[in-house]
Parts: sequence; structure tokens; C-alpha cells
Amino acid sequence: MATQKTKRYPVALNSGILQQLLAFGSLIILVLVFSLASDNFFQFSNIVGVLLSTAVVGVLALGATFVIITGGIDLSVGTVMTLTAVMTGVSITYWGWPVWAGLLVGLATGALCGFVSGVAVAKMKIPSFIATLAVMMIAKGLALVISGTRPVYFPTPEKGFKYSDISLDSILDKIIPGFKIPNAVLIFFCVAVIGSIVLSRTIIGRYNFAIGSNEEATRLSGVNVNFWKIVIYTITGLFTAVAGILISSRLNSAQPALGMGYELEAIAAVVIGGTSLSGGKGSILGTVIGALIMSVLTNGLRIMSVPQEWQTVVVGFVIFLAVYADILRRKKAS
Amino acid sequence: MKKSFRSWSMATLLLAGIVTVTACGKNANENSSPSQEASKKPTASQAAVSEKLYIPIICKGFQHQFWQSVKIGAEKAASEFGAEISFEGPETEEQVDKQLEMLQAALGKKPSAIGFAALDSKASIPLLQQAKDKNIPIIAFDSGVDSDIPVTTASTDNKKAAALAADKMAELIGGKGEIAMVVHDQTSRTGVDRRDGFKEQIESKYPEIKIVDLQYSGDPLKATDLTKAILQSHPNLKGIFGSNEGAAIGVANGVKESNKTGKIIAIGFDSGKAQLDAIRGGVLSGSITQNPIGIGYETVKAAVAAIKGEKVEKNVDTGFFWYDKNNIDSEEIKAVIYE
Repeated sequence: MATQKTKRYPVALNSGILQQLLAFGSLIILVLVFSLASDNFFQFSNIVGVLLSTAVVGVLALGATFVIITGGIDLSVGTVMTLTAVMTGVSITYWGWPVWAGLLVGLATGALCGFVSGVAVAKMKIPSFIATLAVMMIAKGLALVISGTRPVYFPTPEKGFKYSDISLDSILDKIIPGFKIPNAVLIFFCVAVIGSIVLSRTIIGRYNFAIGSNEEATRLSGVNVNFWKIVIYTITGLFTAVAGILISSRLNSAQPALGMGYELEAIAAVVIGGTSLSGGKGSILGTVIGALIMSVLTNGLRIMSVPQEWQTVVVGFVIFLAVYADILRRKKAS
Repeated sequence: MKKSFRSWSMATLLLAGIVTVTACGKNANENSSPSQEASKKPTASQAAVSEKLYIPIICKGFQHQFWQSVKIGAEKAASEFGAEISFEGPETEEQVDKQLEMLQAALGKKPSAIGFAALDSKASIPLLQQAKDKNIPIIAFDSGVDSDIPVTTASTDNKKAAALAADKMAELIGGKGEIAMVVHDQTSRTGVDRRDGFKEQIESKYPEIKIVDLQYSGDPLKATDLTKAILQSHPNLKGIFGSNEGAAIGVANGVKESNKTGKIIAIGFDSGKAQLDAIRGGVLSGSITQNPIGIGYETVKAAVAAIKGEKVEKNVDTGFFWYDKNNIDSEEIKAVIYE
């Protein structure tokens, strides 16, 4: 028995690392292929463009990673993102609140939506698929109601801080002149680092993996599973709010009908990054790589002028491959 | 204690819901013209002309301000002709199925006529056939339907309007060079007409202009990334055309984020605050606007005429305008652009 256990562990670990390497390797190969195929791909401005277009879905995916590791799913992230954008917009533009207060309103909205999902899943025992579907519809409706079904535009003062600076200005440029990386990219990586620390260095992360691997065993070992689940869904909501702030500042407006479909892109990024939909396994680094693969793929295909219909087909195939790799890995591990 | 609290809160919620619904209903009635106040009973039986006319208007998606202006025009005509209208549409312009459900529901309410702006010009035909069988006149607006069921179509001639955009593009880039297009979708009549109208005009009249890229998205964020990729892959690009509000916002953002303001001739379609700002700021060179208030007005006007059995023209051209920095504040343009 004991020998079997010690044998199994390294295999699982190795194939986990293998999956990460596989994803990272695919990313490198994609970048190489596109760079060879088109001179316009590997240029500073385009790489920055790719990173910028990864930011919104990337942050959403980082949040979704937490819930997916518990073995659940969050379908509400796309529309909750929209709702937080609308709440931020309404409080800044219509109520005239200062930007920092508007941002707090947005973050609180996201956290609250996550909290509601968490309570529904943990306490009311509604399957996460259904609970978050309900939250998705509620958020969608509220976004339309609160905004009056029209876009909310942020004020653009002639001088000083503009709301769009949150995404598009570059703090890095001021520190290292010429290094013009938009803040949205910086925020994406900061959020990733925070997410990674939470997931790998804190008790939240440890319980997150434990719940995902074996919820019953975790409960029996004295962990308050319900409480931690609510915490985890709330964290996902908070990350989603950050994505809402990013998308609204990039468009300098909160578009109330936007956001549908973004949850699926986020889930795809998580899955491509090697996080298992059956829970218990996953990493933030994987999700960052997954999100990058998605946007490198679409950007590269666009630059090669591949028709849009085919771009969608290719992304679909990549999702197939990613999930199949996950299944192979688990087969090997057991 | 706990239980009674729960049932009380449920009851309060329900009550609040009912109050809201009735309040809304009242509001809708208040909008109706005073002369018709007596016949407040809403469309109970098959509409006779003497009774209050009920005309549901189904648009394409109400988030764009364009549709808010159409609604204003429709309401204006409704109060003038003593009709009652409802105005609804799916949340995004991709939800063909949602829109068909709305059409189905409208049919069930025994309307006097229906105003319909099809998201998919073919998918709606079976339901329109049902309307025809029930003798409910259909007024197509904004975009036509590939069928002769609608008694008339009140719309901008999108092909002609897009051709004007092409002429302006040619003029502004000096008659030659590479250009690209971002079109809002592949299935709707407006998407197809604006794409073809622009393309055919360039191909037939300007042999030295080459359309090097054509991509689709009406989502402002996606259209932004798309525009940046187009600019990246075609460094010699001189101009780019965005075919509706969402696509044009994306084109403007993409040009701005790529630091190509002033170096690229960007032309939009439709209107809205973000587009007006982009024109005033020099990011967009100009845009084509339809006359949305006119579209709404003519739709209801034609519907009333059709119900009364009057002869209606097969097509009502509601017109279009080119606007740019120079005429954006003129009276003529102010009336047809919308924030």
C-alpha cells in the first residue's frame, strides 16, 4: 500500500507539471509560428496590443479559476462584470461621486454577487451551474434597469485624471520612459500575482484545493466547507469586478448589454490553462497562459487575415485539445 | 416568528411587484392621446378601426441610442394618429431567437398591425406568414425582409448610404490606397447592405483603392482589438470604415489606441455620444447618419394607413446624411443625430 502511494504521487505531480509545460510550450510555438508567418506579429506595439486584449478576459478567468478548482462553475462572471461596470459608471457619472468611491461601489457589487452565488451553492445547496445561471440573469437584468438600457459615459475632464487612464495610461512609462505598457496589462499581472499568492500560500487556497478534490473528506476533517465556499465565490466576484472596471475604462463607458459570452471565453481560458473542470487541480499561472493562448491565437489569425469564421473554428479545436490533454493526464494519474 | 417574517416579506415583495407593474401600465396609458381616453380598454378583441389601435413595435436591440430615437419617432406618430404602441427588442443584436419569441408573443396579443425590424431577414418569414394568415399587416422598418409579406418597408437605403460613405472615403484618402472594413454582422440586412454598398461602390468607381481586410464585430471592445490587428497587419492602410455604432466606436478606439489619430481616415455609421466625441476630437473623419426619428414615425404612420386599408408605397425611404466636424452642429444634422 505504502509503496503504491509513494509511487502514485510523483506521477501525478509530474504530469501536472507536464500539462503546464505543454500549455506554455504551445504558447511559445504559437508565437513562433505567427512571427514567422507575418512580419507584423512580433512587434512591440502588437505584443502590447495582445496583452491589452488579454487583460479583461484574463482577469475574469483568474477569478473563475477559484470556483472551478472547487469543482463548481461560475456562469455569472460575464454579466456580473457588466453590472459592476454599470454601478461604477452610475455612481461616478450620475451621482457625481469621486472615482475612488465609484471603484469601491463596483468592487462591492462584484463581491456581493459572488457572495450571493456562494450562499446559494453552499447553504441552499443549489448546484453551482444553476445558482450562477440565476445570478447571471439577475445581474443582466439589473445592469439594464440601473443604466436605463443606455450606455453610461464617464466624464472626460480636459486636464487631470480621466477614468480611461485606469486602463490605457501607463504608469510604467513614467517610471521607465519608453516602456509604454498600458496599466490594464499591469493590473492583469498584479491580479495574477495576488491570485497566485492566495491560491498557493494561504489557507483559502489550501481549502479550495481540498474541497475540489474531496469535499466530504474535507468536511469530515473539520473544515467549515460552507464558509470557505462562500469566501471563494466572493473572491471570484471581486476579481470579476476588477474586470468590470478594466472593460469600462477601456471603452470609457459602461455598455449595459455587453458581457454575455465573456464567461465562456473565461472558462475556456481556465480549461486551456490546465485547470480541471472536475475540480481539485489548477493554477493561476496556467490560467494566465490559457488566456494568453486564446488572445495570441485570435490576434495571430487576424493578422494573417484568416476569415473570422475560421478563427472561431480553430479556437474551438484548441479547447477540445486542452480538455483531452486533461483527461489523458488524469487517466495516467489513476 | 421566523416563518411569519418570511411569508410577510414574500407578500411585500409580491405586492411591490404588482404595484410596479400596474404603475407601468398606467404610464403607458397616460402617453396615449386624450381624444382616445374613453376607449382605454386595450385591444381586447380583433381590432376594429373604431377601437384603439394597438401596434407592437419590435426593434433589434435597445441598447444603442439609435433605437431610443426610433422610439421617440414612433411615439410621436402614435399620439398623432391615436394608436397605442409597445416598443421592445432583444438585448443584443445577435439574439435572433429572442427576437422571434417577441414576434410570436406580439402575434398572440391580437394586434392591429406589427412593426418589425428583422435581425435575420430570412428566419422571421414563417412567423410573418402567420401574421399574414391572420390579416395582421406587417410594417418592416430599418431593415427589410426577404419576402413580400410586409406591406411596406420604412428604412434607410443602406446600400446607397454606405456608397456615400465610400465616396467620402475615396475623397478623403485622395482616390487611391489600401482600406479596410469592420462590419457589425454577417446576417442582418443592414450588415449585408452596408458591406455590399460600400464594397461595390469602391470596386466599381475607384479602381485604385483596394479593400485589403474585412472583419465582423459590433461589440465595441472586440471591434477595438480587431481594428488594432488590422492596422498592425496593414501598415500602409489609409482608411477604415465601421458599419454601425458599435463597430464605429471600436474603429475609433482602435485608431486612438494605436496612436494613428489623424494618420488614418476613419469613417463611421450611425451616431451616439462616443461617435460624436470621436468626430469632434478628430479621431473619426465623419459618419453617415440615418434619420431614426423619421424611421419610427413613418413606421407607425404606415401601420395606421395599412390598418385603414389605404394604399401604402412598397418602400418608404427615410433618408440619410453625411456629417463631420463642419456640419455636426448645424440644425439639419442636430435633428437626426442622437446622444
